[in-house]
Amino acid sequence: MDAVPRDLLRARETWRHRHLLDLERLTAEELTAILDVAAVIKQESDDCRRKLSWLAGRTVANLFFENSTRTRTSFSLAARRLGADTVEFSASGSSLSKGETFVDTARNIEAMNVDVMVVRHGTPGTPHLLAQQLECSVINAGDGAHEHPTQGLLDIFTIRERCGRIAGLTIALVGDIAHSRTARSNIWGLTKLGAHVIVCGPSTLVSRGWEKFGVEVAYDLDEILPRCDVLNLLRIQFERQATRPFPSVREYALLYAMDRRRLERAKPGIVIMAPGPINRGVEITPDVADGPHSVILDQVTNGLAVRMAVLWLLTR
Amino acid sequence: MARLWIRDGRVIDPASGEDRQTSLLIEDGRIAAWDVTSAEAEQVVDARGLIVAPGLIDLHCELREPGFEEDETIHTLTRAAQRGGFTSVVCIPETEPPVDTQAGVEFIRQKAGRAGHARVLVVACVSKNREGRELAEIGMLVEAGAVAFSDGSRAVQNSELLRRALEYCLMFDKPIFNHPEVAELSHRGIMHEGLVSLVLGLPGIPPEAEDVMTSRDLRLAESTGGRLHLLSISTAGSVDLVRRAKSRGVRVTADVSVAHLVFTDEKLRTFDSHFKLQPPLRSASDVEACLEGLKDGTIDAISSGHAPRAREKKMLELDVAPPGMIGLETTLSMVSTYLVRTGRLTWIEALEKLTIGPARVLGIPRGTLAVGSVADLVLIDPDYEWTVEPSRLVSSSANTPLLGSRLYGAARFVVLDGQLRPALAATNGS
Repeated sequence: MDAVPRDLLRARETWRHRHLLDLERLTAEELTAILDVAAVIKQESDDCRRKLSWLAGRTVANLFFENSTRTRTSFSLAARRLGADTVEFSASGSSLSKGETFVDTARNIEAMNVDVMVVRHGTPGTPHLLAQQLECSVINAGDGAHEHPTQGLLDIFTIRERCGRIAGLTIALVGDIAHSRTARSNIWGLTKLGAHVIVCGPSTLVSRGWEKFGVEVAYDLDEILPRCDVLNLLRIQFERQATRPFPSVREYALLYAMDRRRLERAKPGIVIMAPGPINRGVEITPDVADGPHSVILDQVTNGLAVRMAVLWLLTR
Repeated sequence: MARLWIRDGRVIDPASGEDRQTSLLIEDGRIAAWDVTSAEAEQVVDARGLIVAPGLIDLHCELREPGFEEDETIHTLTRAAQRGGFTSVVCIPETEPPVDTQAGVEFIRQKAGRAGHARVLVVACVSKNREGRELAEIGMLVEAGAVAFSDGSRAVQNSELLRRALEYCLMFDKPIFNHPEVAELSHRGIMHEGLVSLVLGLPGIPPEAEDVMTSRDLRLAESTGGRLHLLSISTAGSVDLVRRAKSRGVRVTADVSVAHLVFTDEKLRTFDSHFKLQPPLRSASDVEACLEGLKDGTIDAISSGHAPRAREKKMLELDVAPPGMIGLETTLSMVSTYLVRTGRLTWIEALEKLTIGPARVLGIPRGTLAVGSVADLVLIDPDYEWTVEPSRLVSSSANTPLLGSRLYGAARFVVLDGQLRPALAATNGS
């Protein structure tokens, strides 16, 4: 058995939540605690390459009611890197189409002695409802357009790693804010940690309502670009839109795609992020996605560290 | 000669503005006299500590039989009404097949008559098969006993059809009950569109979905001279539009469901599907506007919004769970607990909206304690404390977000057609 660093034991002792459902209700101290644990784990595991045994004997179940490749893989690998066993369960579609309620599905899986259930669902709040019904810990791996807390955490972790801090940075979330759970988790996490957050995109996808939460609302990317330290380019969620919120993809790309021309207007050290999957040519052009400012692949590695940290904190 | 003497209660009769300690005598199913200090009666009720009021009338409860007996039957609906202090309930048919034939209306009236716990007033469909395309046979449905016409939760989207319906109903002097909601604007929505829906990422139903149709309906009522009742309005915009229409003399009435006076969209933060209603729970300022509208007479009635749904349907995800909560057994307690005890409404103001207000919407001689009127009454224990639990509810469904809540005030007895019957506060928790 590898020894668990004392910092991590202490962090887990003081952690007071059984579930990770959203970032809205976490404090700045709690967010920082998760990021710090993730940093230690990343180092201890040799950039998440080395397998540890801290969660040996534990079982983590992935219950995905909605398709996912990277989040699911990331959670599975994170659990196994910590020595836990994993159970995979896909149940695409709603209770209505399956004829079994989501609570029954989850209870069945829990009965296999699961310690942590990672839940993704297309409807906001479903992980929260399961958390009330289950004995095990629940991690929200994305609930509709509501939140995706580990994605928010890994984005924030990546920014902190690159820029050394969060407070005082100007960070723009660009694109389909209305339908993005990643946007919401980023907004809560970043504002609590003292960043200046801008949401930018077509007015049909970016609500003025966000101003009530201390977020700047902008529609002109070229205007805000010179002020930004970080750009997080969110995917257009065509599948969640009831009616098309903008006339054409071509028009969207003209107004909001991050390309080389725009990069020239940005700060020299600008960090370009995208939670993936990306629509190349829509939100970001290939040369920018693969260029030196892009941290898209760091985000993937950091996703492992952050998810290992969350799994560690929730199991006791 | 059957006589019932109700002694020493606080008699509140909003129709006449009376609110005082006195005794009533009921004879042969009618109010025989007020201020009866001694009487020879077969039955005497000591009403000290109780409020004696006209039996409650509900303008908006959903009927699920035939077609959805797993949610509620006519029998359990009338039992729930009696328990809740209602002597008359207007049933909006959410049934399969829809109530668009004489046989459909007669079936409900017959079943309700057999159950005998409350008077059931049947609303029939305004359109054939509730499709919103062609007028139902309104004249024949009136003959069968329909009191009003409505496609219920499916608002009449076709303006031409609504115009014709308002015009046609003039012949029978019956109102059209329309629930104002523009389908294209509420499409896929789960909750009120506002800051809370923004945070929760839940698709919103903007208040304009209601306001736009309210505006259209009022304009059509004005031009045709027809009688329009707006079912369960919920927005500040609607209240304002109705207020202005009334001042112009448009023949319009409106109700608000008790849930929309008590809860706001903040409740959706729990993700509890019991708070998913149609119309959706609105913002605090909309709730304020509805209360204001009640006080100044813009809104005529408080309705139960009773929408029973079987447990398994409400256990689904928020987007697929059907909207609605039950209300017949909790409306009076909610009004008492959240509106009267908090000082938002006085008892006489609240009871007006539950008795004479709805009676006037329908144009029926109920909701009054005037001498000679039919003896439908409710006796309310304003201090009765109870906890809402499935075991205390007689409705077939227990879909209410109030489960576990402590409420104050409930009906102890109703008098239906001169006959004394027990209500919720007359039974112990079991």
